[in-house]
Amino acid sequence: MADDLVLEMRNIRKEFPGVVANDAVSFEVRRGEVHALLGENGAGKSTLMNILYGLYRPDAGEIRLNGKPVSFTSARDAIQAGIGMVHQHFMLIPVMTVAENIVLGTEPVREGIFLDERVADSRVADMAKTFRFEVDPDARVEDIGVGQQQRVEIMKALYRNADILILDEPTAVLTPQEATDLFEILRTLQREGLSIIFISHKLNEVLEIADRITVLRRGKTIETIPREGATEESLARAMVGRDVLLRVDKQPAQAGDVLLTVRDLHVRDDRLIEKVRGVSFEVRAGEIVGIAGVDGNGQTELIDALTGLRRIESGTVTIAGRELSHASARAALDAGMGHIPEDRQRRGLVLEFSIAENLALHDYAKPPDARLGWTFPKRVVQRAKGLIREFDIRGGGPFTRAGGLSGGNQQKLVAAREISRDPRVLIAAQPTRGLDVGAIEYLHRRLIAERDEGRAILLVSLELEEILSLSDRILVLYEGEIVGEHTGDVSEEEIGLEMLGGGEEEAA
Amino acid sequence: MTDQGPSLPTPPPPPQGSAEPGTFASRLAVKQRAGGIIVPIVTLILAFLVAGVVVAATQHSVHTALLAFRDIFNGAGLNWIFHPTTTVLDAKTNLTHIPSYNLSQTLLQTTTLILTGLAVAFAFRAGLFNIGGQGQYFIGIIVANWVGVSFASMSATPHILLAIVAATLAGAAWAGIAGVLKATVGAHEVISTIMLNYIAFYVGYWIFGDGGPLQNSTQPFTPISGSVAPSAQLPVFWGTQGFQGLDIGIFIALGALVVFWVLLNRTTLGYEVRAVGFNPDAAAYGGISVKKNIIRAMAISGAFAGLAGAVDMLGYLHSFAQGDFAVSQVGFLGIAVALLGRNTALGTLLGAFLFGGLLFGTTHGLNAGSVIDPTLAGNLTFIIVGLVVLFVGANVLVLWVWNAPRRLFRRRGKDATKTAELPA
Repeated sequence: MADDLVLEMRNIRKEFPGVVANDAVSFEVRRGEVHALLGENGAGKSTLMNILYGLYRPDAGEIRLNGKPVSFTSARDAIQAGIGMVHQHFMLIPVMTVAENIVLGTEPVREGIFLDERVADSRVADMAKTFRFEVDPDARVEDIGVGQQQRVEIMKALYRNADILILDEPTAVLTPQEATDLFEILRTLQREGLSIIFISHKLNEVLEIADRITVLRRGKTIETIPREGATEESLARAMVGRDVLLRVDKQPAQAGDVLLTVRDLHVRDDRLIEKVRGVSFEVRAGEIVGIAGVDGNGQTELIDALTGLRRIESGTVTIAGRELSHASARAALDAGMGHIPEDRQRRGLVLEFSIAENLALHDYAKPPDARLGWTFPKRVVQRAKGLIREFDIRGGGPFTRAGGLSGGNQQKLVAAREISRDPRVLIAAQPTRGLDVGAIEYLHRRLIAERDEGRAILLVSLELEEILSLSDRILVLYEGEIVGEHTGDVSEEEIGLEMLGGGEEEAA
Repeated sequence: MTDQGPSLPTPPPPPQGSAEPGTFASRLAVKQRAGGIIVPIVTLILAFLVAGVVVAATQHSVHTALLAFRDIFNGAGLNWIFHPTTTVLDAKTNLTHIPSYNLSQTLLQTTTLILTGLAVAFAFRAGLFNIGGQGQYFIGIIVANWVGVSFASMSATPHILLAIVAATLAGAAWAGIAGVLKATVGAHEVISTIMLNYIAFYVGYWIFGDGGPLQNSTQPFTPISGSVAPSAQLPVFWGTQGFQGLDIGIFIALGALVVFWVLLNRTTLGYEVRAVGFNPDAAAYGGISVKKNIIRAMAISGAFAGLAGAVDMLGYLHSFAQGDFAVSQVGFLGIAVALLGRNTALGTLLGAFLFGGLLFGTTHGLNAGSVIDPTLAGNLTFIIVGLVVLFVGANVLVLWVWNAPRRLFRRRGKDATKTAELPA
């Protein structure tokens, strides 16, 4: 058995100031297998892979490639040894063509200095044919879709003769259809004899694509198991270290009065392109309405318009009977709007502020936090102590800098602020982006609980699974218009198709 | 001067922790506090070191460099602690020094620098770089002079108050122009405040110049302003009135420090300014008007600089010659003061005292003692100021220097610099 191991990492240790990111981690990959690396955020997956890719040097431990010990000092060494990595954020140059991107750094040259485009193109075309990538080598990267860009990244690695391919959370940016296509490509590569390391924290994907699964938790290897016999529940338990409720448990909605009404809304983005084109819907007290859609179809502009952060071109927004079409963010907040923003670090928090100061971000000027322009830090801190307990924010006290918290706790902090203001309408945009299973479970349960409290909740998410499991009604947003509305049971495929423009544009 | 504290921890902290957030977050906080003290101290040591090298190199003597620092120390009047009432005779040059007078002069400079430093610091806290402290100071000088020369029949307290308030508001309005331009059309405040500096400079040049509206009416051919009426002059409490004694302006500056701190840390205005300064997107999301705060922060910033002009004019200058505009540097020194003081009230106080001492110590102490070339002496302050700005701007470099001994003696070759980005 041992001779078909292409990669062995033994007792890898990597310490950062204050954190042991990898503690005696062992990990091995067989030739021609898809090996999933599963773990929560901060479990040490990325550190381990960055060590393998030569970006970090391990403090201790051994790496063997095809049985021979290796020591990489840079990514260049790793690439030469046949390791390719597709990062979560693509490293492509948008204005260059597919072929140019692929050969970048190892360009075929003619007369010493000139790029030989013909050779480059034909090599790329050959490769595309062999592996059945449907990519036009002459297309500019900025003109092709995200799924295609990912293929370009994979081809880049293959062009450098990778036989171990690392994919870091490859489906995070893809629609369900694109993910299915990606899996098809991965299976082809597998048949060609490549070994694939698939980093993920999505259980269903891992079970679909992986031959074996290694689970990391808090920098340690928990287990390596074959796919057969593994279940989502067992994997979640291994990841988190306790039983996790994966299915959201909820009663049917008891929808009440209409609290949020949107009529024929038109919104333009910063470049004055119309991104929301005549959207109308309403959200009632006690229901969760989910907005599904591929990123960039007007979600951001819609949320900004509803919360007073972006000017409305035309149309109306009404919160609990008050029209707030052209109101400021302040007026929306005062009318009972709560907003968990999609980017908690850029918008939801002032990272340099303490937890207490962040909790006061909306009501810093109102009693009891302040009176006549004077603030009362002690009261803010006192209230923060209660909220930290109630929302189980871990990692510090009222005076801890918000930037020092983990992603999950930052999000809890945002949620604590928004929910504690007792909003009538709560907009939750990507509430669980980048969070681990434990934090996701908490936030989902909290959203359901707030729904049952009688708040009107608008959930905007790129995670279709999240939309499906939480929403009482689902709206599908495509190019700034609502192209589908669903209540009750609807399949992921059906919505996925609508997210790509429905019947007009069949999935490629 | 402290050299090396052996055990303070300082590597640049990674932005996000994960494994043990509790202890990690607290450790992060400690590091930041430590970094907050260490960066300025290391910056200063480096700046003095390099300045010493300049002196040693140009004078071909390390000994001279050390003597120069001693003379700066004495020239700034810091030897007053040892000689509170006596005069000191320099054996080599046969010149006498009066430490108490020197110290009072240092404190006069400190007063101005506290206020111009606060002007820069307040804007920084709102995320704005007010490089126009010099222009706002000139406006303060002009308005204080105008009010101080006119209304000579008023009694002292209201006259002083009127002059101070008018100059402060004028400084605020002057900086407010840059704030309005930034908030409405997005003109960058660095550019617009530099332009406003030039405008203030030439307005002053004209207004105090020959035939200018505020030129001294008793000396028709001298390009100098009128002299502030006695009723508007700030009382001197240390030294002699009329001989540039230390006036009560220093208490106004100390009061401004308190106002600065309270405004930022105990008012909703300060909360808004800090939120906008750290993260304008989050501030807007929180319901704070970013534009309003940009204008307001610039105006408050300019108010401190205008006040500096008023305190100088009413305190010890009393009149301002056309040529003084070209010489005055206090607004620009305020940038170094704020940077070194990390935009805090206490830091600004210490920074202002340091540069006040340098400013007077180099021009007075070194010139009088003739230890080194007088031209070099006059410029030594500015060499140090330049180095401070450079090193503060490169605080990563400073931390790197600080960590160098630890790196050298570490047993295993860990790459501390690479750990800045800790993957989740």
